[in-house]
Order: sequence, then structure tokens, then C-alpha cells
Amino acid sequence: MHLHRLEKMWLAIGISMLAVFLIVLGTMAFSMGIQPPSEHHHTIDPAKVTETAPFDKPGFQLIGDRHYEAAMVAYAFGYDPATYEVEAGSTVDFTVTSSDVVHGFSIVGTNVNMMIVPGEISHISHTFDKPGTYLILCNEYCGTGHEYMKTTLVVK
Amino acid sequence: MKSFDRQDGKLVLAHILFAFGALLLGGIAGMMQGMVRGGASILPDFIGYYELLTAHGVLMALIFTTYFIVGFLYSGVSHTLGGKLLPAARKLGWAGYILMSVGTIIGVAVILAGQATVLYTFYAPMKASPWFYIALALVVIGSWLSGFGMFYQYRQWRKANTGKLSPLFAYMSVVTMLLWQIATIGVAVEVVVQLIPWSFGWVDTVNVVLSRTLFWYFGHPLVYFWLLPAYLCWYVVIPKIIGGRIFSDALARLSFMLFLLFSIPVGFHHQLMEPGISSFWKFLQVVLTFMVIIPSLMTAFSMFATFELFGRSKGAKGLFGWVKVLPWKDVRFFAPFMGMLIFIPAGAGGIINASNQMNAVVHNTLWVTGHFHLTVATSVALTFFGIVYWLIPVVTGRVLTPRMNRLGIIQTLIWCVGMFIMSGSMHTVGLLGSPRRTAYTTYDDHPDAVLWMPYHVAMAVGGVILFIGVVLIISNVIGLLRAPKGETEYPIGEVSESADHTPKYLERWGLWIGIAVALILFAYTIPLIDIIRNSVNAPGVRTW
Repeated sequence: MHLHRLEKMWLAIGISMLAVFLIVLGTMAFSMGIQPPSEHHHTIDPAKVTETAPFDKPGFQLIGDRHYEAAMVAYAFGYDPATYEVEAGSTVDFTVTSSDVVHGFSIVGTNVNMMIVPGEISHISHTFDKPGTYLILCNEYCGTGHEYMKTTLVVK
Repeated sequence: MKSFDRQDGKLVLAHILFAFGALLLGGIAGMMQGMVRGGASILPDFIGYYELLTAHGVLMALIFTTYFIVGFLYSGVSHTLGGKLLPAARKLGWAGYILMSVGTIIGVAVILAGQATVLYTFYAPMKASPWFYIALALVVIGSWLSGFGMFYQYRQWRKANTGKLSPLFAYMSVVTMLLWQIATIGVAVEVVVQLIPWSFGWVDTVNVVLSRTLFWYFGHPLVYFWLLPAYLCWYVVIPKIIGGRIFSDALARLSFMLFLLFSIPVGFHHQLMEPGISSFWKFLQVVLTFMVIIPSLMTAFSMFATFELFGRSKGAKGLFGWVKVLPWKDVRFFAPFMGMLIFIPAGAGGIINASNQMNAVVHNTLWVTGHFHLTVATSVALTFFGIVYWLIPVVTGRVLTPRMNRLGIIQTLIWCVGMFIMSGSMHTVGLLGSPRRTAYTTYDDHPDAVLWMPYHVAMAVGGVILFIGVVLIISNVIGLLRAPKGETEYPIGEVSESADHTPKYLERWGLWIGIAVALILFAYTIPLIDIIRNSVNAPGVRTW
């Protein structure tokens, strides 16, 4: 099939830009570790969340110098634990699951944004350098009280 | 000039009018949502924000689009493949219409009764009334029958015209309905195998990750099902309306085939932020997603080549002199052209959304809502509106009056202004983190959320302007039904003399369907096995 000379140039430029873009994206993902969250399979029986560790005792646990592990349960319409305080510069490894329907887990002002699916456990880490009261909200519709579903993380 | 077959005209008109009925109801719901989110508590006791949101999504995204598309494609199939539908094709068209309509009526009733407040994505394990899922299944099966009617007409035409190149309109209609056929298998399996037995209580639990994956196997090609008929209008109809020629028949067909190949094996880019799928397969589908950029670039080139060649044939000089000679005062050109123009930022936004890890910045924020209000609710909707100004006259034997044309231009401008305000604020506030699909809230007056309010108010203002646009398009449709009698030609563009011969392999369906299936199997087999083997099922919940 014959392509017009100008169309060949147009497509060549477009396709090269696309290739460069995908290489950048792929390099960031696979050699620099900037991945979308929760890639692996880490499952849980959604009917037994409250009996399964670590969600039988949801909360923050200090596991190193300014390094916390936060086991959280998302439910209609809130998060357990409701709020927590960490010092500035802390890294928090969030381990979150749902005890009912699909929820969101988004921390406003950060790139923390992931889905919480019943039966699955989602993971994401974030270092909170700036002090403030961070708003954690559900950004996936989950029922009548969806707009009330939130919690906060205070960074001092 | 041969007038449009009266029997077929009824079938086309029935679809178009149903589509605009859905647009009116969906528009009312949309405007009310915008106002609620902007802080005006206007809802009566018997209906909530999320019931309206479900109705808005279903009526606009599924009903308005599908009815319009089926009606529009049937009109061109009838016109270009022999001048009238074969009895079997027409019967399939009506059977599809009846099934879809029964489904729509049941679905809307169940939604308004508050028995299915699960939004148009109906993510399990939120469990709606089984009748909601049955209604959806009826709509999908009805649309299949409509597609079969078009396939049948096309096959019979090819048998009777061996060796001849099929008309471009019909070819593109077949690609569109084929895409729909392959894509809806995913949602049909989800609804029939997983959700209906579960919502009746015959099984206790549901595989949530599987249901989401099946939904998005359908959910992304769904957007190309909306877009391809608009592209069809741009490729085939617009050249005729401006008085120009189709730049290249072969490239037009090739771009449609590429859309068929690369719009299906890509659903994971809607699931980038969720657990249960490995990052390798997410990235692989991201790469496949971006392949649609190639036919999109081809389409953009063809459109502007058609415009420029036409302008130069009228004696336009200079690099952009041809812009001036385009028929800006003809709504049949102006409305779709605005759609094309807006597709440039809309498409760029889509590239951002699908960019693997970058999706974290925008996922489930109002940015995404702003994005698809540019794509489907502007590029596609304005093209469909532009089609109405000649399609209704063609099928009813009437003519477009200068007054109706002027009203059409005004309607287009109102739509663009409303959408600029609404979608612009959605994009901006989405980047700030405001979530989509959420009723009015300031999260206990959290300072970040309070700062979002001015944007939400602007969204409401844009929504009200858009609602005025909905009312005007409805009144224009009614005006067209009462326009003066006369003959209107069905605008089908002719291919430019300088264009190349179309190669035969573009019409070897077995080859293209084979490649499409191979790509789907490649992108989905291993992750699906993983999902089926390793997921834990969840019981259903009703949280509304």
C-alpha cells in the first residue's frame, strides 16, 4: 500500500516518539522499580479478615528507624485504624485489605493511590517528608456512605 | 436521486429517537448530580445521588450510544448495500431493537427503584437485583442481533458482487459491530456465568478479580465502539459534506483494522492500581494500548489532508489558507469538526491515563471523568449531533432549513462552552486529588478538600450549560421531524482520484479476526489462569 511522503514522515515521527516514551516507561518500571502498586498475589479470605493476621489487630507498628508497617482494613464506610501519628521523614508500608466491597485508598497530595479488593491484599510504601494532616480517602464508589469514607495520617 | 427506503427509515428513526430519549433522561440526571456535588441540595427524598449517577452512566454510556450507533450504521448499510435492507436483516434489526428496549426499561426501572445502585460498572461484590443483570444481558443480546443483521446484509452483498470492493461505509460498520461482538463476550460471560447465578443466590460467592478483568476486557473496546462510528462519519461523510474527496480508501480501512486489533487486548490499563495482576502483564497491555496511537495518527492525517486538498482545490493559498474556505456555517460539518478538534486534548489525556505507573496520579480522580466527557461526551456526541441534521431529513424525506442549521450551530457552541467549563474544572481538581463518583463532601472540612469546592461549583455551572445544550438538541430533533418535506441526499464521500487501489487483503476477515484472537490470547491467557487459580471468592454485599 502506498503512503504519501508527508504521511510517512508524520507516522515515522509519531511512532518514534511512542517508542521512546514506552522505553522510558518500561525502564522506570522494571529497572528503577517505579511500578504500579500490588503486583503480586497475596490473598485472604474476605469473610475472615478480622481473624487473620495482621488484620486481627489493625494498626501501625514500628519496624525500624522511622519505618512503620500499617495494617489497615477498609470497610463500608471507613478505615481501621481511624487515625495515626508519625514523625516527619517516616516511611510507612501500607498493607490494606477490604472486609466487604471494593474500596479505594488514596492519600491526597501524594502518589499513593490503589484499589482495595476483597480477597486481595494491596501494598504500597510512602515516605512522608512534609508535616501535615494527610487526608486518606476512598476513591472507588462503595455504597451510600462512600463520601464519608476517609481517615487521616498526622505527620509531625 | 433515489430516496431512502421507507421501511428502513422507520427502523433507523426508532433507534435515533430512543437514543435521544435516553440522552434527555441521562442529561437530567447529570445536571442534578453536578449541582449536588457543587453543594446545592436539590434532591427529593425518593432519589439519591448514586441512583442518579447509575442512571446517568447507564443511559448515556450504554443506551444513548448503542442505539444511536446501531441506527446510524443500519442507515448506511441500507443505503450503500443495495439501497434497502434484506427482509432477514430488517427483522434482525427490529428484534434487536425490541430486546434492547425491554432490557433498557427493566434496567432503568430497577435503578430508579434503588435496587441496583451499583453504577454502570457494577463492580462485584456489590450485589444488585438479578433483574439489573438480566436487563443488561438483554441489551447486549439485542445489540448482537442488530450486528448479525448487518453482517448478513454485507455477506449477501459480497456474494452478489464477487470481486468488487465493498462500500467503505459498510466495511467500517462491519468492523465496528465485529469489535462489539468480540468485546461483549467478556461482559456477557461476567453477567451470565458469574453475576446472575450469584445474585439469585444459587452460588454464594464471586471471584471479584475475575469479574473486574472480564468487565475491562469489554470496558476498553466499549470506548472504541463509541469512537469508530464517529470516525466513520469523519472518514466517509465529512468529505462529501465539505465537497471534497476521501484521502485514501485503503488507509481508512487499514486504520479501522488496527483499531480492531489493538482496542481489545488492553483492558488491564484500567486495572493498573489494583492487586491480583502482575506488573509484567500490566505493562504488556500498556504497550498494546499505545498501539492505537498509530491508527489515530493516520486518521488525523487523513482528515486534515482531506480539508487541505479541498481548500487548495478552491484556490486557497498559503500554509493555512485552506482553513478559511471550510464550510464553518454548516452544522453538519461544524459540529463533527469541533468533535475532532477536541479529540486532540482528549486523546492526549487518554495517553496520560494509560501510562502505567503514572496512572497513580489520576486514577479514580475527577480527571478521569473530565477525560471521558471530552472523548465520548464531546468528540463522539458532537459528531452524532452533527449526523442528526442530515440523517433525520434523509430517512423522513425532509430538508434541513437554514433556521435549523443556525440552531444547530448555537447548540454546538453551547456544548463546547459548557464542556470547557465542566471538563476543564474536572481535569484540574482531579489533579489536586478530588475523587470521582462521590457525592458532596468536604471530608470534615479537611483543608485540601475545602479547596476543591470552587472547582466543583464550576463543574455545576458547566453541567447546567450542558443541560441547556441537551434541551436544545432535543428540540432540534423535534424540529427536524417537522421540517419541510423534500429530498435530502445521503452524504457518502468519493475517493480521491490520486488515491491508491485498495489491496484485497484488507477484506480477508479470517486473517484479521485470527490476528485479533491471537493478540487477545497472548495478552490474557496467562493472567486469567493465574486469576482463576489464585483468587479467593467474596460473598455479595448490599451497601446502599
